[in-house]
Amino acid sequence: MHTRTLAELAAALRDGEFSSEELVGHFLDRIEALDAGLNAFVTVTREEALRAARLADSARAEGQAGPLTGLPIAHKDIFCTRGVKTSCGSRMLDNFVSPYDATVVARLKAAGVVMLGKTNMDEFAMGSSNETSWYGPVRNPWGHDKVPGGSSGGSAAAVAARMAPAATGTDTGGSIRQPAAFTNTTGLKPTYGRVSRYGMIAFASSLDQAGTITASAEDAAMLLGAMAGHDPRDSTSAEVPVPDYLAALETPLSGIRIGVVKEFFDEGLDSDNAAAVGKALEVLRGLGASVEEVSLPNLGLSVPTYYVVAPAECSSNLSRFDGIRFGYRAEDPKDLTDLYKRSRGEGFGAEVKRRIMTGTYVLSAGYYDAYYLKAQRVRQLIAGDFHRAFENADLIVGPTTPTPAFDIGAKVDDPVTMYLNDIYTIGVNLAGLPGISVPCGFVDGLPVGLQIIGTHFDEGRLLNAAHMYQSETDWHRRVPSGMLPESG
Amino acid sequence: MEWEVVIGLEIHAQLKTASKIFSGASTQFGAEPNTQACLVDLGYPGVLPVLNSDAVSMAVRFGLATHSSIAPRSIFARKNYFYPDLPKGYQISQYELPVVHDGWVDVVLDDGSRKRVGITRAHLEEDAGKSLHEDFHGLTGIDLNRAGTPLLEIVSEPDIRSAKEAVSYMKLIHQLVRYLDICDGNMQEGSLRCDANISVRPIGRHEFGTRAEVKNLNSFRFIERAINYEAERQIDIIESGGSVVQETRLYDSGKDETRPMRSKEEANDYRYFPDPDLLPLTIDLQTVESIRADLPELPWEKRERFVESYGLSDYDAGVLTTARNMADYFEAVASGVGDAKLAANWVMGELSGALNKAGVEIENSPVGPDALKGLLVRIADQTISGKIAKDVFESMWAGEGSADEIIDSKGLRQITDSTAIQAVIDQVLVDNPQQLEQYRAGKDKLLGFFVGQVMKATRGKANPAQVNDLLRRSLDA
Repeated sequence: MHTRTLAELAAALRDGEFSSEELVGHFLDRIEALDAGLNAFVTVTREEALRAARLADSARAEGQAGPLTGLPIAHKDIFCTRGVKTSCGSRMLDNFVSPYDATVVARLKAAGVVMLGKTNMDEFAMGSSNETSWYGPVRNPWGHDKVPGGSSGGSAAAVAARMAPAATGTDTGGSIRQPAAFTNTTGLKPTYGRVSRYGMIAFASSLDQAGTITASAEDAAMLLGAMAGHDPRDSTSAEVPVPDYLAALETPLSGIRIGVVKEFFDEGLDSDNAAAVGKALEVLRGLGASVEEVSLPNLGLSVPTYYVVAPAECSSNLSRFDGIRFGYRAEDPKDLTDLYKRSRGEGFGAEVKRRIMTGTYVLSAGYYDAYYLKAQRVRQLIAGDFHRAFENADLIVGPTTPTPAFDIGAKVDDPVTMYLNDIYTIGVNLAGLPGISVPCGFVDGLPVGLQIIGTHFDEGRLLNAAHMYQSETDWHRRVPSGMLPESG
Repeated sequence: MEWEVVIGLEIHAQLKTASKIFSGASTQFGAEPNTQACLVDLGYPGVLPVLNSDAVSMAVRFGLATHSSIAPRSIFARKNYFYPDLPKGYQISQYELPVVHDGWVDVVLDDGSRKRVGITRAHLEEDAGKSLHEDFHGLTGIDLNRAGTPLLEIVSEPDIRSAKEAVSYMKLIHQLVRYLDICDGNMQEGSLRCDANISVRPIGRHEFGTRAEVKNLNSFRFIERAINYEAERQIDIIESGGSVVQETRLYDSGKDETRPMRSKEEANDYRYFPDPDLLPLTIDLQTVESIRADLPELPWEKRERFVESYGLSDYDAGVLTTARNMADYFEAVASGVGDAKLAANWVMGELSGALNKAGVEIENSPVGPDALKGLLVRIADQTISGKIAKDVFESMWAGEGSADEIIDSKGLRQITDSTAIQAVIDQVLVDNPQQLEQYRAGKDKLLGFFVGQVMKATRGKANPAQVNDLLRRSLDA
């Protein structure tokens, strides 16, 4: 049953083909069998999941089931989950059991979704390879010596290996789309403000956005409908109505204008990746879309801009982890300064510390104007580029990443090369736009992602295009070999 | 050399909202430690601030009352520093664009003259918690009940020139925030507290001297003493050839001195930047106007009206308008008695004296405005004399009944019957032949003796004017 999409599993539950308890049990068994080799989960909540599944089954028996009732998913360990460890991939929060549910978690729970567990991630979502986690790297199901991407690497690997039919993720600079591209999954990063950030441990507040990693665009549409919408607890969540994403999935693409970003196809892009993306464009053209070139002239500035804005915000957001009220606390501190220094020094990993230091520097007196303020201005330029590009295009399409998944350990000592992995995704966060990565082929056995970018709050059209593409292709149906055969 | 002191005050007023500025937790003072702090106040992972609109309305009220501009768009910023009672490691405040800016107030100085003090800005921010260093055997206790309490930080221009002026300004702000009902003004509980920026310069020099910021001034008395101490300290330094260092100093009320906390070099770099969790605060004109329409009569307006409509002196009007409750009390009494001066004298005299002695607020006075009115009416219609009235007031304060009940039950009604008074006078003259002889021989001073005798015989109830009049006639006969 694990090769089916969430939508297919929902139909099977509805038809009584199996119970939620059986379905949840099946995925829990897969986690048990496979995760030792992949390290995608930090916490598996077996008992709670089975209990929730039985409740879902009773609800269904009483005619109280909604479209998501009884479906299992995994949550990235950045979302606070009441009574369950919420580590954010950090030693700092290894002992942290959240007293409350994030809005995303609460909304999905209210819709009847069953949580299987919490997925591994780059520490505090800072990383593109899932190698910065306190719990060790996640392995890519498509090649165990490859990274699954990051920071939502655990969620991507869990869905790719079908240890969960779907998972939540967060995307600050590409952290949903890039791992989706690396693992042959569908990764949706909604518009900034589309989904509440309440209870999602903050990395860079003006960029962070919750989204999904699924087996198909249709599955993403199902989950987004339940997650999206204004939340009075998050002032930055938008009061924009949530449309019926599923209803718009089958809209024909005829007349849709697709812009292909000239700057995406530069020398940094792997030629095989480029070829896969080119073929995907042909498919979209075949579906009736017109394809034209657009330009984002300031795109090259997006990575340096991001690496000022995001660290600045994280340097402040992570100040609350001070060893005083929760989280890691150094042993036998001799005074307050020692408590701070050692709790943070020992509780945070190297990449987090690097970014806190960078962020502290760019906000410092005398440097603020030159770095932070200038980065904010460039951010406006980049947003303006997208705005102009969308005057001639309904959607913008290109590669998600320059290359397929790289080897574990290949870039850990070279942060700048690591950062450049997000060159095609970061601009979308800076502009607050929605983006999705869908599987579009393989290079040497490793998946390649196609990125589709929309205008603000146009997730409907984004999902429509992705779904239409997936109805013409079967890349997203492929699962890595070596996974257990279908059982039961 | 003659020196001039230059002072600017930064006043923190805790706003009287029911809940905190960015969370739904209660702001009640005095609860058990850490019982009034929710996850947002505790800075838990993942939580987000949501602005309390009541705090914004209160800031706007203050801005409108102080002739300030209300920013149509202002920004919340993070002030970053580490301290155990600052849960997030930053304080949400306003930095570059405050909600209120560029206003002024006219302060009444001790000699009755007015002095204009500029309000540079007033911005919204959250309070921190409290660190308790005693009773923990070398450890520090953290109480986060106060964390997230809304504050309005009111920054004055350096327009103040003496400790007394500073106190007058502080008193005006204290009065104003209570009139506006935005702060309870309780300085002991820290609801209103102040830091002072102090520098000195030779009289006539235009440039400011190097300033020190003195913290922890939580009473009017401490403000005056700390400024005087600090000004003298700075003058002594300069006169002995030294120079003042820019630094933050702490006022120690026990020792009555200021001492250094941190120098400019040690000062935190707060790394202010706009808080990405909060949208810019926008306030439209309509909101401003509806708040303006809802403003109460301001203390200086009331003071002026009391002078004009009740014919009170500026000083008396000032005393009566110190607090809104007192002014309301006075007006309730004055309107019924028809003699504003009498009402003013009683409210400022007997009533205030009794309240002070008992430590009771005017709104809880055992003698309410209607009761006092009942008493003053009896003075005005000459039922009792002012002297008897004080006794009646004491009985009223003790809860013995209304003025009329007490007058009747104790038989205190004033004697205004001339025949009755004359009868008493006649008897007094008969009883004191010696004094009568002396008086008639030219010892005029004995008039007082006879008045006293008559009042004693009537137990104070005889109308004093009539007694005087009739006595004179009888004596001079």
